[in-house]
Amino acid sequence: MDKFIIELKHLSKSFDDKKVLEDINLQIRQGEFVTLLGPSGCGKTTILRLIAGFLKPDDGSILLEGKDLSDVPPYKRPLNTVFQRYALFPHLDVYDNIAFGLKLQKVPGEEIEKRVRKVLKLVSMSDYEERDVESLSGGQQQRVAIARALVNRPKVLLLDEPLAALDLKMRKDMQIELKEMHDKLGITFIYVTHDQEEALTLSDTVIVLKEGKIQQTGTPADIYNEPVNSFVADFIGDSNILNGIMVRDRRVKFLYHEFDCVDEGFGENVPVDVVVRPEDIYIMNRTEGSQFTGVVKSCTFKGVHYEMFVMTDEGYELMVQDYNAFEIGSTVGLIIKPQDIQVMKKERVCNSYRGVMKGADRVEFLGAEFECVPGDFKEGDPVEVEVDFRKVDLMDDKEDGCTYGTVASILYKGNHYFLRVKTESGEDIYSHTQDVWDKYDTVGIKILPQDIRIKKLTGDE
Amino acid sequence: MSKRSTWVLPYAIFLAVFVVLPLVLIAVYAFQDNSGHFTLGNVLRFFSDSDAVSTFALSLEVAIETTLLCLLLGYPAAWILANKKFGFTTVTIVMFIMPMWVNALLRTLATAELFSILGFTLGKGTLLFGMVYDFLPFMIYPIYNMLLKMDTSYSEAAEDLGATPVQVFLKVTFPLSLPGVYSGILMVFMPTMSTFAISEFLTNGKIKLFGTIIQENINSSMWNYGAALSLVMLVLIGLTSLVTGGSRDTNVGGVV
Amino acid sequence: MKRFLARIYVWVLLVLLYAPVVFIAVCSFTESRVMGNWTGFSFKLYGNLFGGVMQGGSALLSAIENTLVIALLAALFSMLLGTLAAIGIHNLRGRKRNTMQLLNNIPIVNPDVITGVSLFLLFVFLKVSQGYVTVVLAHITFCTPFVVLNVMPRLTQINPNTYEAALDLGATPAQAFAKVLVPQLVPGMVSGFILAFTMSLDDFAVTFFTRGTIGLDTLSTYIYTDARKGGLTPELRPLMTLIFLLMLVLLVIVNVRANRRNKIEVEK
Repeated sequence: MDKFIIELKHLSKSFDDKKVLEDINLQIRQGEFVTLLGPSGCGKTTILRLIAGFLKPDDGSILLEGKDLSDVPPYKRPLNTVFQRYALFPHLDVYDNIAFGLKLQKVPGEEIEKRVRKVLKLVSMSDYEERDVESLSGGQQQRVAIARALVNRPKVLLLDEPLAALDLKMRKDMQIELKEMHDKLGITFIYVTHDQEEALTLSDTVIVLKEGKIQQTGTPADIYNEPVNSFVADFIGDSNILNGIMVRDRRVKFLYHEFDCVDEGFGENVPVDVVVRPEDIYIMNRTEGSQFTGVVKSCTFKGVHYEMFVMTDEGYELMVQDYNAFEIGSTVGLIIKPQDIQVMKKERVCNSYRGVMKGADRVEFLGAEFECVPGDFKEGDPVEVEVDFRKVDLMDDKEDGCTYGTVASILYKGNHYFLRVKTESGEDIYSHTQDVWDKYDTVGIKILPQDIRIKKLTGDE
Repeated sequence: MSKRSTWVLPYAIFLAVFVVLPLVLIAVYAFQDNSGHFTLGNVLRFFSDSDAVSTFALSLEVAIETTLLCLLLGYPAAWILANKKFGFTTVTIVMFIMPMWVNALLRTLATAELFSILGFTLGKGTLLFGMVYDFLPFMIYPIYNMLLKMDTSYSEAAEDLGATPVQVFLKVTFPLSLPGVYSGILMVFMPTMSTFAISEFLTNGKIKLFGTIIQENINSSMWNYGAALSLVMLVLIGLTSLVTGGSRDTNVGGVV
Repeated sequence: MKRFLARIYVWVLLVLLYAPVVFIAVCSFTESRVMGNWTGFSFKLYGNLFGGVMQGGSALLSAIENTLVIALLAALFSMLLGTLAAIGIHNLRGRKRNTMQLLNNIPIVNPDVITGVSLFLLFVFLKVSQGYVTVVLAHITFCTPFVVLNVMPRLTQINPNTYEAALDLGATPAQAFAKVLVPQLVPGMVSGFILAFTMSLDDFAVTFFTRGTIGLDTLSTYIYTDARKGGLTPELRPLMTLIFLLMLVLLVIVNVRANRRNKIEVEK
């Protein structure tokens, strides 16, 4: 059995009624380099601050080597943190910043000096002992911050977006150094970032988070090659995400064509999401021998490869990457190999809500009243409401709809956009649309009466 | 860290006892007679006391004139000091408060003496200029702080959009510096209205300002009437604060 | 040209502002009893001041002592109370914070006479006999708001992570406060202290109303009484000249040290 150094069990946390973490379970092995990856507001920093002890969980527990940390204040936890904005003490010089923790532990003076020297050497800052920390560059300050944490020989090093404030070149250099330090010291690193490339480069294990929930845990290769859902696929690297139908095992239909694939166990004729990485689409100048064809719409040089958008004959736009450039306007043949097709179960096939009848032809859900086709219901009946994605109309003016919300996420699916709109009531509604919206746009939401499917609530819930 | 909010308690209690309660007491004493009964007499007496009313009017006039003079002289100074292109440093701004280290009364006496030597008769003219001497720094500071804090990109943006330097000043710089101007007005107007020793020294006792009347009444144990006169001042302070947009940002921090 | 005019303007203002101060300094080098009369150059007033041989004699000396002791006490207590308050206010939110800030501004906006009269009525109301203690309390009342205003901006500048970093490195909350937060607040506390000290030294009206009838004099009240009697003690001239020079030297030292630090940082 593996030995876990840190375990998070059913961790939850809210700020002012807003849930930021929900039932987080996590196990981290001794010596692992673990990255918490997600967009801003996904709760990754909150997890780190809970582990460090700056926040108390509402629910759940954190175990360090099997012992519950709940009642251990941050200053008694054998963990150290590297902060995003370094948080060096401006009134102390480099040496005193690093020696701060050791002095508090009453480590003898000679040993402090030895350990500070050693750790300064580790971060290549040997000649900077007496320097004022505010006179250092960002990169140098971050080295001191790392040294200040490491000198205490923590069991786990927590790093909160430590490279986010550095410029690109410096960030790349520090990534390599961090990885080397980790390999050399054997300390467990828990690293928080929103930069997917950084996560893939550095980590043994990546944990992808979205809105306080873990989406996927795995090695960088797993996460990249086999994303479990469209969010992960979209967040990690470039991808084409398309609607598809699993015809049967090892056979999937998308782009109006049937393809062989390697996935099984979805059932027959089940709607699925299909992910194809742009570098996995083979593109050629001839059409014979291809699975499908299209016309090159744009072609941009990206340093190593060319990035092209190809419009298929059936009207899908695909991103394709290749080492060769193809002329704009030319017809090309395309091939996707079975092992490069990642099939994912759809998280949902239509919008579905609990609602209440407000009259024969009125139903309330999403915190608003909608007109509906009269049916076999009376006022006050609890019902289940379903609306197809493509029947949700988004309007410019929020007054034009029955209710309104803000665009929370946008996914391009080759020939349409798949939008998640957060309504005023805090619930999500998904829309399949051809219109172009921006994130955070306020939109009116309109649904025609005949598009609202109402079912009697089954069971005694 | 949030538990530290309780650290405000000692000061909150201190403010309640030494700021709020005393102000309430002014009102309480103002509406009492010698034996502690409720009366409107003190307040009414002010309005029938022609000496007090004319002093009040004169004080108001002097205070307004002093404030305007301070603003006219102080704003350009603050603007020049805050403008990097004129090459002044914080040392210069500190030089404007350094005279405060010499006792105000002694400084005022010296000013009065200087006026006599230069052949001015002590009177309203010398009073005005003496007051401007004393209070100019209180006008310059808040405006200077406001102008210094101001993001230069605002005026650059205005210039970029085709405003002439004069238009930039009138339409961008000056409106944005108004909070500083307001607190400057507040810091000059109120004290000038109510100084007592300074006005006596500057006019050789010829002109009495409202502060002197309050002081004379308190000193001759007419506390209730003195309190009523103070209440009149307080009402005026309240009105001025309202007009100048309250005292939300007095801008006097970080002077030294 | 514009630059030249602007500089001239500021310098003319400064010359006018300093005229009385220079006048006092010049008059401190002559023996004449009346300020403004020049009866030949002399150090006699300085000699009198240090020898204690002067009009008023011990009364003036005790007024000087009172002024300094009251200013020191008031500045010290204001610094402690104000710093505590600033930290408290910084951690307040919403209405409570606004109320505290508003209350803090009242003593700043109130003219001296009102502060003096209101505190006088307070001490009468509480039947507290007025004297040294009431004057110090009154000075703390109008000095503390300035300390709060000087410490607050420092608090917002502090990276809140530095406090957490100290906890993270093993400091208890008390240690983190003393070793990390306080040192970062010191510049604000010092400038608050200096401002409070200056305000207290210069105060006349508040002292006048709260000193009671026990004959307690500070320099201001001493000068007031003296001037009303007609003959101003001539030794006040050298005294003020010296106080001014002393403060000037202090300021120069503080500035030179600050500049040197800045320069070292820039060079590095």
